[in-house]
Amino acid sequence: MSGGHSTYTPKTGIERWFDARMPLPRLVYDSFVAYPVPRNLNYAWTFGGILSIMLVAQILTGIVLAMHYTSDTTLAFGSVEKIVRDVNSGWLLRYLHSNGASFFFIAVYIHIFRGLFYGSYKAPRELLWVLGCIIYLLMMATGFMGYVLPWGQMSFWGATVITGFFTAIPLVGDWIQQLLLGGFAVDNPTLNRFFALHYLLPFMIAGVVVLHVWALHVTGQNNPTGIEVKSKTDTVAFTPYATIKDGFGMVVFLFFLAYFVFYIPNYLGHPDNYTQANPLKTPAHIVPEWYFLPFYAILRAITFNIGPINSKLGGVLAMFGAIAVLFVVPWLDTSKVRSAVYRPWYKLFFWLFVVDCVLLGWLGSRPAEGAYVAMAQVCTLFYFAFFLIVMPVLGLIETPRRIPNSITEAVLEKNKGAHVALPAGAASPEAKV
Amino acid sequence: MKKIVTALAAAGLMLAGVAAYALAAEEGEGHSEAEPTHFPILHPEQESWSFAGPFGTYDKAQLQRGLKVYKEVCSACHSMKLVPFRELEGLGYSEAQVKAFAAGYTIQDGPNDEGEMFERPGKPSDYFPSPYPNDETAAISNNGAAPPDMSLLAKARGVERGFPTFIFDIFTQYAEGGPDYIHSLLTGYNHQPPAGMQIAEGTHYNPYFIGGKSLAMPDPLSDGVVTYDDGSPQTVDQYSRDVSAFLMYVAEPHLEERKKTGFRVMIFLILFGALVYLTKRKVWAGVAH
Amino acid sequence: MSDAHLIEPNRRDFLYVATGMAAVVGAGSVAWPFIDQMRPDASTLALASIEVDVASLEPGMSLTAKWRGKPVFVRNRTPEEIESSKKVALDELKDPLARNANLPADAKATDIDRSAGEGKENWLVMVGVCTHLGCIPLGQQGEYGGWFCPCHGSVYDTSGRIRKGPAPENMAVPVFQFISDTKIRIG
Repeated sequence: MSGGHSTYTPKTGIERWFDARMPLPRLVYDSFVAYPVPRNLNYAWTFGGILSIMLVAQILTGIVLAMHYTSDTTLAFGSVEKIVRDVNSGWLLRYLHSNGASFFFIAVYIHIFRGLFYGSYKAPRELLWVLGCIIYLLMMATGFMGYVLPWGQMSFWGATVITGFFTAIPLVGDWIQQLLLGGFAVDNPTLNRFFALHYLLPFMIAGVVVLHVWALHVTGQNNPTGIEVKSKTDTVAFTPYATIKDGFGMVVFLFFLAYFVFYIPNYLGHPDNYTQANPLKTPAHIVPEWYFLPFYAILRAITFNIGPINSKLGGVLAMFGAIAVLFVVPWLDTSKVRSAVYRPWYKLFFWLFVVDCVLLGWLGSRPAEGAYVAMAQVCTLFYFAFFLIVMPVLGLIETPRRIPNSITEAVLEKNKGAHVALPAGAASPEAKV
Repeated sequence: MKKIVTALAAAGLMLAGVAAYALAAEEGEGHSEAEPTHFPILHPEQESWSFAGPFGTYDKAQLQRGLKVYKEVCSACHSMKLVPFRELEGLGYSEAQVKAFAAGYTIQDGPNDEGEMFERPGKPSDYFPSPYPNDETAAISNNGAAPPDMSLLAKARGVERGFPTFIFDIFTQYAEGGPDYIHSLLTGYNHQPPAGMQIAEGTHYNPYFIGGKSLAMPDPLSDGVVTYDDGSPQTVDQYSRDVSAFLMYVAEPHLEERKKTGFRVMIFLILFGALVYLTKRKVWAGVAH
Repeated sequence: MSDAHLIEPNRRDFLYVATGMAAVVGAGSVAWPFIDQMRPDASTLALASIEVDVASLEPGMSLTAKWRGKPVFVRNRTPEEIESSKKVALDELKDPLARNANLPADAKATDIDRSAGEGKENWLVMVGVCTHLGCIPLGQQGEYGGWFCPCHGSVYDTSGRIRKGPAPENMAVPVFQFISDTKIRIG
């Protein structure tokens, strides 16, 4: 997958035999051993690796849960309870899967914000970014459908509300909603197809992840300075340098996941989902999973008609627009400098944007009334302004700080006075201290 | 790094400011004692539970008393259909005791060889029988409101904790919102509605009720209604406490195992994390980054 | 620097080995729940024993009870059936072992050891699954008046012993006991 030429030399007879027939060891060696990564990557870059183990973990726990789950409206709720009560280690697998979904999203949000901060979406990594957005979209679909499967009150009413989005589409909306539901309301056909799709989508995610990693290995990683790799001294070998750092990131991440799974496994869930779905009784206060809350707040912020677009369609458009805008970020940012490290104004707006997203998330969990609505409207405005105004305009008017000539120079500057050596793996003999 | 921390701190401050403003706005708006719009009117009292915290375990004597309260009071109206009798072994009962307990119930089984349904004594593998044959009968017999199933009640109830408490809850491992709610509700019937409040006929005022100002269930407990043989006080407070703990057990029977496993996992992850960190330091030693 | 340099290789090796071992232990512990979940769950195990009322069985009548998802034949045998089974010499049998879970593994397949024992020889309790490939044999058929498996033609006699055909063993007698004169607990 690496853009450069291969440095793999098979050592044993078996390796030579394989290499001549199917060079898988060569591919692995070039992509995950010798592959050069910038030497200055910080821990924000470990989230790519964390996300891949989270995907694997979710697929594994999901498959074993599917061995015990029944996707029938009369039995689904009981079958999940049976997993928790009776199946050996079932409580562990179920809590791992439900909390794992949340932590998957925590990791993906950090990964996305990291990309936004260091300008990882800018040329030549536009396709890499767009593939990432597709993964995110698939994750949202998977997460939503997975939440429906336990067939609790929040499952049912969440599914009702979210599929209701499509009725906002003029003319064909109702037809599309019925197509999705397989009926006039969320019912057995809906549950069955959601289960089938919830099982399918993670494998599609895995497929797009392969493309994402392929694209990454063509362009190489971005880094905190945003300066492209210029010489061998700018990089270290993926193994052991990046693998061990990623490994440490993963262990720390798993520590937080374990804390939730073992001590507060229902913290991120909603109590109402422990009541079996009742199509005749809506819970007092419907909220989606926490990771959808910012978009939910945007949906509800549009309480007014905009010309011919009524507030319902407007809300749905705003919500989908909030996701769609991510896809065009590479072409919205006009700055010649990648990293926010050298862009003082962009940095300020970036952190404001982070606060805005957190705030939107909190507002999404509040009832849509009074001051909350006004606040959600202000936050929604800033959300779109960040992408549509700040990104294009700031790139034209901002004066960036002085940018080092190379990654190595930046590293040396940072470590001024400290004992400095060049990477052992990539260094040429004369560079050794 | 320092800059990130500063930025995060600034962001946090801003967030807190906005939240405080929103809370103030919420308090001020349409708040009337006689016609409240947000429920419950009173937040549940936070009790201390033996099963709280990282090393929490169930108090088996308390669970046994709770079972007695459920059996003699709650089970008249509330089903517990996801719970099998065999799960009572977790209350400290022997297999024989569970068997005898189950045999005290009559279970409908069948059809037999003649195609007839028949009744037989319960077995440990049976589930608690429901007091009503279906939800409709349950509703019609209880003023239109079917009494909720109690199998998961302790996890299906929880009052929102609000900002910033919900953040502290992560660190204090607060996961007892259900039992706190049930205990507060059961002991909350002695409150008098404020002057001017309209209480619908056939319902009972309780400021801790999450769904409104009053509920269809009348005060189910009174002092001395259940006889304890271990000398525990036979008060409404004690009954509510015991039955709440019992409901937490039936909702989360693997809680002790979960916390014990968790402790081992955390210790492992800390040690393993330290090893990986040291290895990482070694690998990167002499490579400026 | 030079001192550190001298001891470094050993310390580094130890660290790498320790970290690797910890990773292996962690991966192994994580793998267990995934295997553990495949074993029969608590609700399945709770049904591991059943009680069967045999009061209505006259000699020559049988009933089939479901135990662990398999049929268990309970037969009140006629004196003729017992007699014909007793007459068979042990060395005529294809499988000379009793296959009775209530007896030692090396107990011989005499009629008494196949049945419910002294005083209850008329009772035959066995898992009604052909020991060949798991089909259910038909009762009171075949040339020995016992059971006949239609799938691959195994023939059992009146005490469920394999006499002819591809099946290797006598039909299994499960753990059971009479808890009263008319009630059997299986499992």
